[in-house]
Amino acid sequence: MTSDATTTYDSPSGWRAVGRYGLLVVVSAMVLFPVYTTVVAALKPGNKVLENPLIPDAFTLEVLGDAWTEGRLGRFLLNSLIVAVIITVAQVVTAVLSAYAFALLQFPGRTVLFVVFLATLLVPIEATLVVNRRTVDSLGWLNSYAGLTVPFLAAAFGTFLMRQVFLTLPRDLRDAAAIDGVGHLGFLRHVAVPLVRPTIGAMALFGFLGAFSQYLWPNLITTETDMYTVQSGLRQLSESRLDQPNLVMAGVIIAAVPIAVVLLIFQRQLVRGLTAGGVKG
Amino acid sequence: MLAPSLAILVAFVLYPLGRAVWLGQTRCNAQGEDCRSNGWDQYVDVARSEEFQQALLVTAKFALITVPLGIVLGVGLAVLADKYLRGIGIFRAIFSSTIATSVAVASLMWLFLLEPSVGVLSNVGWISDAFPVVKSPGLLNDTGTALWSIALTSVWAGLGFTFILVTAGLQGIPRDLHEAAVVDGAGGVRRFWNVTLPLLGPTLLFVVIVLTTRAFQAYGEVDLLTNGGPQPTDPTTTLTYLTYGGTSIINNNLGLQAATAVLLFVVLLGLSVLQLAGIGRRVHYG
Repeated sequence: MTSDATTTYDSPSGWRAVGRYGLLVVVSAMVLFPVYTTVVAALKPGNKVLENPLIPDAFTLEVLGDAWTEGRLGRFLLNSLIVAVIITVAQVVTAVLSAYAFALLQFPGRTVLFVVFLATLLVPIEATLVVNRRTVDSLGWLNSYAGLTVPFLAAAFGTFLMRQVFLTLPRDLRDAAAIDGVGHLGFLRHVAVPLVRPTIGAMALFGFLGAFSQYLWPNLITTETDMYTVQSGLRQLSESRLDQPNLVMAGVIIAAVPIAVVLLIFQRQLVRGLTAGGVKG
Repeated sequence: MLAPSLAILVAFVLYPLGRAVWLGQTRCNAQGEDCRSNGWDQYVDVARSEEFQQALLVTAKFALITVPLGIVLGVGLAVLADKYLRGIGIFRAIFSSTIATSVAVASLMWLFLLEPSVGVLSNVGWISDAFPVVKSPGLLNDTGTALWSIALTSVWAGLGFTFILVTAGLQGIPRDLHEAAVVDGAGGVRRFWNVTLPLLGPTLLFVVIVLTTRAFQAYGEVDLLTNGGPQPTDPTTTLTYLTYGGTSIINNNLGLQAATAVLLFVVLLGLSVLQLAGIGRRVHYG
């Protein structure tokens, strides 16, 4: 999203400049309006929220603290973090391994298996959760990290993406390594993976965001509050405390900030990942 | 090397799909056990049932609102920010920002705006005077506005995504083309329709596919904002909510849930084929 150093800016002057910036500011205000009302509410004491919901005429940090302790958001954020990190790491590892096999190994049934992988891309997650809930239940994994993570430890999209970049590696690289007696795993670890690091970064970012933001699945398999992810925690907070909107909005902010920070740090990976063929919502 | 991925995909994507297809023709007890075959025409019964038809219609309406609106607003924002101006980075960051909201975060922000008793709109005097519906019964409780309210939430949450993609698409259009068009005397509007839009084709096709798929999978917004209601007409019960929603009438019926989930899969599959075949032919791949 950043323009490079050599960009020459147009410098409109007078009314033209006012018009352009004016329009940008007005539209920005419209886009940010729901965020604005959320922040205003979260920073107000309870008795003031409904008086002038558009005007920040009172200020307190207490509500954020209350949301953190009463809403148990620390615990829920930790759960979400654990779940998202496990899923991200596993998805990267499984995708790199299977993509490498599809791109550089010859084995019987390769085409058929690849088609099978691609076919799973067509299956929406909503079509599988009815049965997955039963599977997880029969394994005794309701209310557990295993239940929250195992179904998502591999994703065909990552395999597909990684295969594309592995195919661009020069064949000679692998041949040279083979002559030097380097096996496939060694080659993968020391040559291939370092070369495709940007793609891995983008994939990891999307794996993380997707896992962190999951809504339906955690709600289906967690009934014990201790195992709630932050999204389920927000749901509970909004259902039990809607009469205190400032508390709920404080919870919303606490839940949103980590993702905002991650995105700010990894802006470049975000754009690269989106334009590499997109994400599955 | 393939084994880990293959094991997960088979156990948690292919097997459940196949199993759901089988379960879709059974009747089970409330605990989801003791499932007995009820005949394959159960699929026909479900597809013809009033609840399914209604949910399909709601979902289609939802998609017909969110996809065009999301595209128009996303392209509008991207074109607006596609200027070489000082400080444009800040505006781009703002326009991208909604990508940082999870469905729960975005929905609750909008719940607080729209809720009739504690919501922002109903507590700002001049707004609730001008539009009494925001207070009674409330935009989320009115049969006519509930779906639109959820759609708006969804469009807002998706804006950042569309904006980033379209911006990347715009930056891929060579500046020469615009300059050549200027030399030929084309104004801004003309250039947008004849240069920008055709060259954005592949990007827009991709965005349409993603937004449509998302619309058909919408769940969190419905769950948090309306629970599929307002009763009794359930104008916001989407297909996904019908399948999984806590207040859905098939909530305790595994066979019917499976059948609905499979039909959702079929609908989405049909949509992807249609989109790829229909729109794909009219897209220039630059």
